[in-house]
Parts: sequence; C-alpha cells; structure tokens
Amino acid sequence: MREIVKDDIEKNEFLVHRSVFTDKEILAHERAEIFNKCWLFIGHETEVSKPGDYKRKKVGGRNLLLVHSHDGEIRALYNTCPHRGALVCRENEGNSRVFRCFYHAWSFKNDGKLTGMPGRDGFPEDFNDCASKDMKAVQRIESYRGFIFVNFDVNAMSLDEYLAGAKEYIDLAVDQSELGLEVLGGIQQYSVRANWKLLAENSVDLYHGMPTHKTYFDIKHAQDPEIRKVKLEGKGKDLGNGHAVMEYVAPWGRPVAQWTAIWSEELKQDMEEMKKRLVERFGEDRAERIASYNRNIIIFPNLVINDIMAITARTFYPVSPGYLEVSGYSLAPVGEKDNHRLARNNNFLEFLGPGGFATPDDNEALELCQEAYTNNYEVEWNDISKGMVRGEDHVLATDELQMRSFWRQYNKIISSALMEKEATF
Amino acid sequence: MIVKSDLKHEVIDFLYHEAKLLDQWKLQEWANLFSENGTYIIPPIGEPEANPLTSMFYIYDDRARLEERAKRLLKKEAHVEYPHSTTLRNYHNIMLNRADDHTIHAECNFTTYRTKREVVDTFLGTASFSLKEIDNQLMIEQKKVVLQLDSLRPQGKISLIL
Repeated sequence: MREIVKDDIEKNEFLVHRSVFTDKEILAHERAEIFNKCWLFIGHETEVSKPGDYKRKKVGGRNLLLVHSHDGEIRALYNTCPHRGALVCRENEGNSRVFRCFYHAWSFKNDGKLTGMPGRDGFPEDFNDCASKDMKAVQRIESYRGFIFVNFDVNAMSLDEYLAGAKEYIDLAVDQSELGLEVLGGIQQYSVRANWKLLAENSVDLYHGMPTHKTYFDIKHAQDPEIRKVKLEGKGKDLGNGHAVMEYVAPWGRPVAQWTAIWSEELKQDMEEMKKRLVERFGEDRAERIASYNRNIIIFPNLVINDIMAITARTFYPVSPGYLEVSGYSLAPVGEKDNHRLARNNNFLEFLGPGGFATPDDNEALELCQEAYTNNYEVEWNDISKGMVRGEDHVLATDELQMRSFWRQYNKIISSALMEKEATF
Repeated sequence: MIVKSDLKHEVIDFLYHEAKLLDQWKLQEWANLFSENGTYIIPPIGEPEANPLTSMFYIYDDRARLEERAKRLLKKEAHVEYPHSTTLRNYHNIMLNRADDHTIHAECNFTTYRTKREVVDTFLGTASFSLKEIDNQLMIEQKKVVLQLDSLRPQGKISLIL
C-alpha cells in the first residue's frame, strides 16, 4: 500500500512523501475527496451587504456567483446558463435584480429563477415547472460570524461542527470589533508556482519567520530597537478536523489595542482606551489575547486567517500540482477611525500581499521547494517533526504541530481514497 | 499647458534614466530621484482611484518606505530577488502636461519584463509621474503605477520596483 505520511510517535518523526506535491493522480483524489467534500470559504457577508449585491467567486474550481438575493438570502449560484452552459454573469461584481445570459438572452432573477426567454411559444407550457431551468444554487451554504462557506457535498456535516476548535480563534479575531469586521476593497488575486499544500504549511509556520523574513525584521528593528527583545513565543494547537493555530506574542503594533513606537501619541492613548474597553467586555486574560497576541489559523483545507499586524484571510486552489491561485482579503473593524485604519493598512502593506516585504519571499520559498521536487525519485520525504520530542501537548508556536495537524487529516482522507482505489484493481 | 520641446526632451531623458537605473539594479540611486516627500504607489487592479483607507493597495510607500524597499531588494536576504532577476523596462506613449510653474505631469504606458529561473513574466500598465524642478534638477514627487492586468496571475507578486 502506498504510504504518503509516516507518523512515528515513538521515534518522534513525522514524514510526508514528496509525491503529494507533484502527482496528478493525487491531485485528482484531492479534488474528489477534499475540495468536493470539505467546507470551502467563498467570501464575507460584507462583500454582498445589500439586496442585489453580487460578486463572482472561484471556489473549489467552480465559477460561482455569490449573490444577496432580493428575498434576503445569500446564495452561491453556479454561474452557468441552464440552457447551453455559457457563463451568465460576466461582470466581476455589481448590483442587479436580474442576470441575463447574452447567448440566447435567457433571464434570471437574482435568486436564480428563470423569468423569461425569447420565443417562449417554442417551449411547452409546463416548461421549467420542475425548476431545472433555473440557475442552480450550491445547496450547502453556511456562515460563521460573517465568514461564508460552501460545501459541494449535500451530506456534509454542518459548518458549525466542521469548524470545531477553530471557532474560538475566529471569535478572537472578530471580537476585536464591537461592530464586526468588513472586507476592504482590492482583494488581491495572485498565484504561486507551487503546490497548494505548501502554502497551507507556510501560513502556520513560525519556524521560517526569522530566516525567510530577516529583511522585514531588520526594518522593524530599525523602527523600534525594543522589538528585538521580543521573542516570538507562543503555542501551537490542533483544533480538530485538520484545523490548527499558532498563537504567539506580537513584536509589532496591532491596531486592535497594542501600540508601537513608530505610531503617534494620539494612537497610544486610543490603544490604551481600546484595551480598557476590551477588558470591560471580555476580562483581563481574553482582552490581553485579543490585543497583544497574533494568531495564524489554518482551516482545512484552504483557508488561512492571519490575525497578525493586520487581519488577512487567504484562500487558494490548485490549478495543477505545481500552480496555485490565491485570493487575499484584508479585514478590518467596521467603523474604524481613519488614523487607525491607516496604521493598519500600512502594517498590512509592509509585510503582506504581493507587493509587501515578506509575502514575495514566501512565494519564492514555495517555488524553490516545487522546483527541487524534480529530485523526488531519489529524495523522497519531507520532515515535519519539530517539537514532537516535547510531546504534542507542549509544543511551541515555532514547532510544527500546526502542519502535522493538517497532514494527519489530509492523510486520513487521501490514504483511504488510495486504499479504495487499490481495492478496486 | 503645453510643454516646450527642450523641456520635453529633458523629461523623456529623465524617465528613461529612471527606468535604466531600475534595470541596472541601482536602486539607491533610484530612490534618490524622489523629493523628500516623494511617494511611490500601486493601487489595486481595476481601481486606479481607490481610497487607501477603504481598499488595499499593492504598494503605498512614503519617502521612507520607498527607500527601505530599495535597500531591502539589494540585500542577499531579499530571497525573491536573490540572485537578482533580469529585467527590461520600456516606456511608450509619453505625454507631458505642465500643471503649474513647478509641477510637470508625465504619463506613459510601460512594459516591464522580468525573467528568473527561465520564466518570463510581463507587467503591463501606465505610470504617472509628478515631477518638480528643484535646484535645476528634476525630482519625482509621485510615481503612480496603474497595472493594466486582470490579476497578478501568473506573475504572482510585485517583487520588483515597477
């Protein structure tokens, strides 16, 4: 039987077979067993806040239309005409009561219902009584605290059950605002010439922070020498169902309620007041976590929420084993003051995104892994053992439990798919 | 206001010089072309007039950060550009406008090619420069790069100074 993960607790060794990054057959199993069956992030409620608002979204390889229908429901419609299949909506976003396919001019209400087409007399009177000519909606769409997910498996467990321990960490991000979070404009659509699982790993990998992002820390240290004294200390935690988090001290300013030396005195006072308010709302301990700790969360399989110097959510999908597409979101408190927002966005831009001082170096690391997987026949295994010697309940944020949690779930799903396939031969 | 022919030549030479410095990886010299309040910005794709408070820019550098950007890219630990990629920048369709006695607006289309590890990426867009003559020397007040792309795919990143 083909082994893709070796999880040896006795030996404190955790290995991942490198073929999972290059093999097309593995990708086919991932599409069938992971992307067709797990909950996938589609967007945030604030992206379609008004009736009629819509946005095109690519999720799990599908072309979807996230729409706030006039009956008040948020739907994910398959963006394909029930007639011949053409993409119905071609604008990336907007507000409309009706979508019309240009090919034969069939029109649909924004809940997907067919409302008319030219030459109606050429169709039987009971045409579409069965609703099969309406734009089809993804049956399972559920949300948690503003984050909307879809699942293409009608029999999937509820989103609430699926998110398991990750909910607590989404709460910590959302609770920093009394009015909730909103998505900023300019969602960053980029790509990496690497396998999608490398980005999942990288997003919860604190071990690479210093070596890969030395130039970023050089800049931070020059801005405030005190930052050098702050060690990236914290914990890694398995959150169930393949989700995991690392939670650690923030050496940088967090526009939640942690000031930093390059910010103004006015901001300092504001941060102190915001911290007081957090203490009133949540008590000392939880307020301290919300204000001063970073959290990088992986929600299996392809959503990362990083509540760090700013809040980013990124979701990604494999076009091929060696090429992934990313959508990067920035989230911020609704009603945030302008000078706070500016500090937040500067924080974001300095580190994150395709033009930041850190994200491009992550891309490079991932692409160099992918490039060197040409040696997979002779050099077969990745090592993800760091911290196992401490015992999985005592790992540090700079250990690799977060990645092991992802891989353990991955292995459970893909190994049984491989086994089933072997059994049928 | 029309820009006189000799000044026009001077501005065009200045822009070609700016592009050349970037292609030659003389990034500190590039940063020196900016006035003390100079800025370098890249708004989100499709939203050239976006508000930086409500939309995420790719780059929103004040004078200090554009200098940090230049310095960072010259370090060996700026992994994405080590070893340096090979780049070629072309400026076309240059149009000049004099806003007042001190400021000249120059707008051009650009094509920037980047090759590394045998993969060529192309960046297309328009660049607008606000230029000022300070002590008989042209200085950049703002360089705004508007990408004319659908997304950053397959380029994946803006590791270069565009």
